[in-house]
Formats: sequence, C-alpha cells, structure tokens
Amino acid sequence: MSHILAYDFMRNAALAGTGIALAAGLAGYFVVLRNQVFTSDALGHVAFTSGLGALVGGVQLLAGVFGGTIAVALGMGGLGGRARGRDVAVGTVFAWVLGCGVLFLSLYSRGRSAAGGTAGVSLLFGSILGLRPAQAVTAAAAGVVISALLLLIARPLLFLSVDPDVAAARGVPATALSFGFLVLLGATVAEAVQAVGALLILGLLVMPAATAQRLTARPYLGLALSGVLAVLFVWAGLVLAFYLPYPASFLITTLAFATYLVSRWGWLW
Amino acid sequence: MAADPEPVLSFAAATAELGGRTVWRDVDLEIKAGEFVAVLGPNGAGKTTLIKCVLGLIPLARGRLTVFGRPVQRGSDRVGYLPQRRSFDADLRIRGVDLVRLGLDGADWGLPLPFARAKSARVAEVIRLVGAEAYARRPIGELSGGEQQRLLIAQALVAGARMLLLDEPLESLDLNNQQAISSLIRRICREHQVTVLLVAHDVNPILPFLDRVVYVAQGQVVSGRPEAVITTETLTRLYGAPVEVLRTSDGRLVVVGQQEPVSYHGHG
Amino acid sequence: MVDQPSWDLLADLQLLLEFHFMQNALLAGTLVALLAGATGYFIVLRGQSFAAHTLSQVGFPGAAAGILLHLSPVLGLIGFCVTAALGIGLRGRGLDAGWRGESAAVGGILAFALAVGLLFFSLYAGSVEAIYAFLFGSILGVTDRDVLVTALTAALALLALAVIGRPLIFASVDPEAAEARGVPVRALALAFLVLVALSVAVAVQIVGTLLVFALLVTPGAAAQRLTPRPGLGLGLSTVLSLLFVWSGLSVAYFSPLPVGFAVTTLAFGTYVLARAR
Repeated sequence: MSHILAYDFMRNAALAGTGIALAAGLAGYFVVLRNQVFTSDALGHVAFTSGLGALVGGVQLLAGVFGGTIAVALGMGGLGGRARGRDVAVGTVFAWVLGCGVLFLSLYSRGRSAAGGTAGVSLLFGSILGLRPAQAVTAAAAGVVISALLLLIARPLLFLSVDPDVAAARGVPATALSFGFLVLLGATVAEAVQAVGALLILGLLVMPAATAQRLTARPYLGLALSGVLAVLFVWAGLVLAFYLPYPASFLITTLAFATYLVSRWGWLW
Repeated sequence: MAADPEPVLSFAAATAELGGRTVWRDVDLEIKAGEFVAVLGPNGAGKTTLIKCVLGLIPLARGRLTVFGRPVQRGSDRVGYLPQRRSFDADLRIRGVDLVRLGLDGADWGLPLPFARAKSARVAEVIRLVGAEAYARRPIGELSGGEQQRLLIAQALVAGARMLLLDEPLESLDLNNQQAISSLIRRICREHQVTVLLVAHDVNPILPFLDRVVYVAQGQVVSGRPEAVITTETLTRLYGAPVEVLRTSDGRLVVVGQQEPVSYHGHG
Repeated sequence: MVDQPSWDLLADLQLLLEFHFMQNALLAGTLVALLAGATGYFIVLRGQSFAAHTLSQVGFPGAAAGILLHLSPVLGLIGFCVTAALGIGLRGRGLDAGWRGESAAVGGILAFALAVGLLFFSLYAGSVEAIYAFLFGSILGVTDRDVLVTALTAALALLALAVIGRPLIFASVDPEAAEARGVPVRALALAFLVLVALSVAVAVQIVGTLLVFALLVTPGAAAQRLTPRPGLGLGLSTVLSLLFVWSGLSVAYFSPLPVGFAVTTLAFGTYVLARAR
C-alpha cells in the first residue's frame, strides 16, 4: 500500500482529496438537512460554465470556478428560494447555464481541440489524478478553511435548519447565516469539481451526508460521520483507481452510492 | 394569583404596523406573573403579530412595550416561544433531545463541548417536566403530533423561560392530546409560576384554566376576566359571526358555533 | 460549419439539406420536436418536470451502453429510460424533490447514473466528442438507423398520446374526480411516464442528456403561461418545440455555435418573454 504514495500524482490526489472531501462531507450534512440538494446540483452546473468561461476569457480556471459559483450562490440566496427540482424556471435557467458552458467549450476548443476537450471533461468528471503539487496544496488548504468555517457556524446553522422560527426568536441571525452557508456551499462545490467533477458533485456532497443521517439521529455525530465517510470514499476511490482501469470519480461516486443504498436497506429492515 | 405585583408584560399606547397597514393601535395591556392568558380573535386580526412584538421580532410603530420591566429585547432567555403550525417532516433525522438542547444554546457559535454536564442535566430536567423521557431520544420526525408538541414546550422552557408564548399549540391535535397538552401547560403555569400567553382558535380545552382573556379584533386589543369576555354577546361582536356560550350542568362554559360560516343575523 | 447563410430562404434551405447527416438531423429533430412538444405540455400540467429531468440523466449511461454494445445509442437510451420510468411509476407516487430523504436519494441516483455513463465511455475509449454529443447534443451523430428508430418511436408515442390524451388531461387536473368517473388514473400515470421516457430517449440525440429540459419542459411551460386552453396550449407547445429544434439545428449548421447552446438560449428567452407577459 505504501508504494502507492511513492507516486507524486497519488500524493497530490490524496492531499487534495482529503481536504476537498472533508469540506464536502461537512457541507453536505447541512445540504441534506436544509433540503438544498438541487441547489447544489445547479451550482455544479454553474461551476462547469464559469470554469470554461474563465478559460475563454483568459482568466485562471480555478479563479473562474470559485468566483462564478460563489457569485451565483449569493444570487440564489438573494432570490430567497431554494432551487426545487420541480421548478420549471430553475430547470430552464440551469439548462441555459449549461448551454452557455457548451458555447464556451466550443469557443475554447477551437484551434486547440485536444486541450479544450480535456479541460471540459475534467470539469465535468473531475481530474483528481492530474493535479500539480501547488494545486493540491491550494485545494487542501481551501478545504481546511471551509471546514473550519462550517464548524464555526455549525450550531446556529443547525438550529436555523431544523427550527427556523424559534431560532430567529432566540437571536440567530437567520439571513446572514443563510447567505454565509450559501457562500460556503458555493466554495465547497467549486472545490469538489476538482475531485469528482461538476456532474458528479452530488456523489461526494450528498451521499455521505444522507448515509450519515440514516445511521444516526445525533446531529454532531452525524456531521462528523458525514465528513469521515466522504474522506474514506475519496481514499478508497483513489486506491482502487490506482489498481483498476476505471476513472477515479466513477469509483468514488459508486462507493458513496453503494454505501448509501446499504445504509438505507439496513435501516428499512 | 402571583405574589409579584409588577406586571411581567406591559403594553402602553402600543401600535403595530405591518407593511404600512395598522394591525392594532393604542393598546394598553398588563399581564401579571403566573397568569394563564388566552389570546383570542378572528384570523388575520394580529394575534401572531402581538406574540412577535413580545419576542422583539416586530418592532412597535408607536408606544411602549416592556417585558419583565425592561424594554423588549430579542432572544431573551426568560421568554419561551412555540410558533404556529410547526410539525416536522417524517424524514428529519434529528432527535427530540437535540431539538430541546438547541433551545438552550443553539444561537451560540461553534460546536457544543462534549462534556457540558450542567446543560445536559437541564435538558433532561425539562424533558422530565413535560413527561417526554420515553421518546426524547427518537428522531423528532417519527413522533406523533402530541409527542412533538411536548418536546417543543420543553424546548421553549429549557433556557429558563418565565413566560411562554404559545401560538395555537392545540391546533391539529386530537381531543385527548388537546386536553393532555393544555393540562401540561396549566401545570407549568401553576406549579412553576410561568406566565402563559396562549393563542387559540378553539377556546374550549383551556376554558377551565383561564385567568384572563385578551381579544384582538378590528384593530383593538382588549382584555378581561373570562366570565366577562366569554359571553354570547361579546364573542359574537368579536368574531363578527354568531357565537353562543352555553353553561353545562356542572357549571362549565362551552363555546359553540364560532366556526360556522352562516350569515349574520343582527345579533346572537 | 463551412457554409455561410445567404439569407435567401430557399437557397439556405437547399444548403441545409445538402448533406445527408443534416437531412437525418432535421428529420429526427422534427419528429423529436413533435413528440417533445406534445409530451411536454402534459409534463408541465402534471408537475412532472423533475421526473423528466431524472429520466434524461438516467439515459446517459444508456446511450453509452448502446455504443459500447454496438447497438444504436437510441436503443440504449430507450431501454434505460423506459426501465427507469417503470421503476418510478411502480413506486406508486411521483418523484418529489421537495422531500428531504427523497431528494437526497434521487440526487444520488443522478450522480451515479452519470458516473456509470462516464465508465462506459471510458471503457469504449472513444473520443471526447462522443461524451459531449450525448451530454450536450450534436447535429452530426444521427444515423439512418437512428432516424428509423426515432420515427417508429415518435409515431407510436404520438398515437398513444392521441388515444389517452383526453382522460389524461382529466386525470392530471382533477385525479379524484377522474377516478370517480372511472378513469384508470394509476394506469394512465404509468403509461404517461413511459411516453415521457420515450420522448426523452429520442430528444437526447439532438440536445443531449443535460439539456433535454429546454426541449421537453420549457415549451410546455411557456405555452401554459400564454394560454389556459388545453388544445391551443398543446399546439403552441409543439410549435415552440419545432421552432427551437429547427432554429437550433440551423444555427449549429451555419455558425460555430453548438446546437445545445442555441436551443437552450431560445428556450430561456422564450420562457422569460412568456413570464414577462
């Protein structure tokens, strides 16, 4: 096992993956609790489009992903609603957002078809095995910062999520906290795009949290479990990807989904 | 009645507005410690606004409001709140005991310390007080309406509330649970000297316990003793629809007819 | 594409139809639009846009499996989408994204479906373009066999929709009353979901898995904002759908803009206008 970490790309992947997974697991717990699964899905689409938009505009890709995703997250908070999957307006807007992503993709890949194609696929399905050392350190550091901020607001956010009226009456700053969480969610999605890609975000963000909530009804234990599960899925996915000829993000998503099914099954019996 | 002569709640020439519209105006009202007060009135008359003013969630447009002798302030530990029509989805996987605990320290930043014995003891104490020990550790979404309501009352009490603001706590409960919850509220009121303001549509389950009735209608807030307010004439005028107050053979009052959408016959 | 439009309609039409791939795309696109416009009207009426979204993402690995097994991707799409539709339909109640546990479960299924599609494409080791085509649509990929499958599917589905249309409107608007009047509400719901699955499967060829919403749901939603009359709404929805597809394909042919971008932009603009009205 130790020789896996002898490879630079595996060390980078493990470092970045740990930070990213921790942030995703912690943020995901609140995503499920606050019923913002489809907000997160939509933010994944935004991450794809803003990443490619950055490439077309000559800005650094990661700056575009973070900037665009956080800005749209704030905008969604301003609109006041949660993106519900059944909402036609939201579906139409985000189909268009993806459509713009396709436009950027075709603009970017014109003249350099191979590079453009790869950039798009990395954004869609992740590229954790292709990180450079500096990127890995940045991703890990960002993951730790996001996690720390999430833990700082964890208790009032929990209160606000399960019992908004009483939380407001007890002095929880409801609006500020909702916005703050959306910003952290946007940053988490932007992070997670590097690991599993824009399309498979929910695998890393929602599945560990949903599993944790099936396994325990204790909130802080569930929060911790969600973070731990996400990190374990990423580690296991990376190890499997080292030996198997399958994409890492496929393996991570499949592990997370399979564990969720088992937890649900076990709970039903 | 209570030994404390100071009013715990006092409105003086108070006016509330919502979106530019006056909800009620020039309200003078004093509630004493340990009183069990029903807040009655038709839909949209401003009962919930009254409660939210006491919580500091809606500022008064004019006038003065003091709670426990001090200007109203948001997030006070001495005021417990049970919002209207709150039930938890079946898929909310958070235990009842956690919900009660949030009432104690949920507004604080960061994570709770794992060995805060005093807080755990306080949570256990209020859960025992409301009689919810048997199911407090089950996910709140799996509990019945009556069980959820007991835990929510525990949550409202846990920070040391001396006054409970209960917005329609008996709604959507069956008859047995309505009686069980109202006698629980009365016990908390009498044995622990906690002032209770209870917003209700159906006054019958709490009628025997009331010290005072506050009614909110047509921009006015008026209070009085139950015998004075719970009469056919007053209630009919208050609701703008025929209401009849009957006295049963053992002397209890029963209010009938207030839900029926029949046409207005001059007076009841 | 190399050709420039001359803005002489007849000449441009000739240009459009010059190549066989474009004839196929236009033919399949027209059939898709007819079906999607009609189905979409009912999807919005029944509040099932989320089910349509779910089915389209489940179709992605289906398309990949179709390619991997050297079958037509449309057959793979139909197989996966119809299976998923039966799964949703037989659960007895609709997908509801507003429900915490359910939205988490559905979110997981969506991510897993796309992950499996990624796996199939990586096994197939084909070009990146194939992935993009099935995620975002393409005007190049429609073969003669695909056109045949699309034509058969669309004809069958439209015929079925014509047969069940009237009771379906009744059952969608007022299920209790319809059931009391003897309409087989549950069977209709299941049959309709299968029709949605078929519409999704053929629509993915043109606009791709991720953008199906713009062709399948948005025309119906815009039509319902514009008129409350069912017959007119159904017609309007179909016309809008046709308009989106034809313009999308033409834009993609004459300009370097991708078809998915053109269709979603038209859909978005139309919906904004319909809402603003």
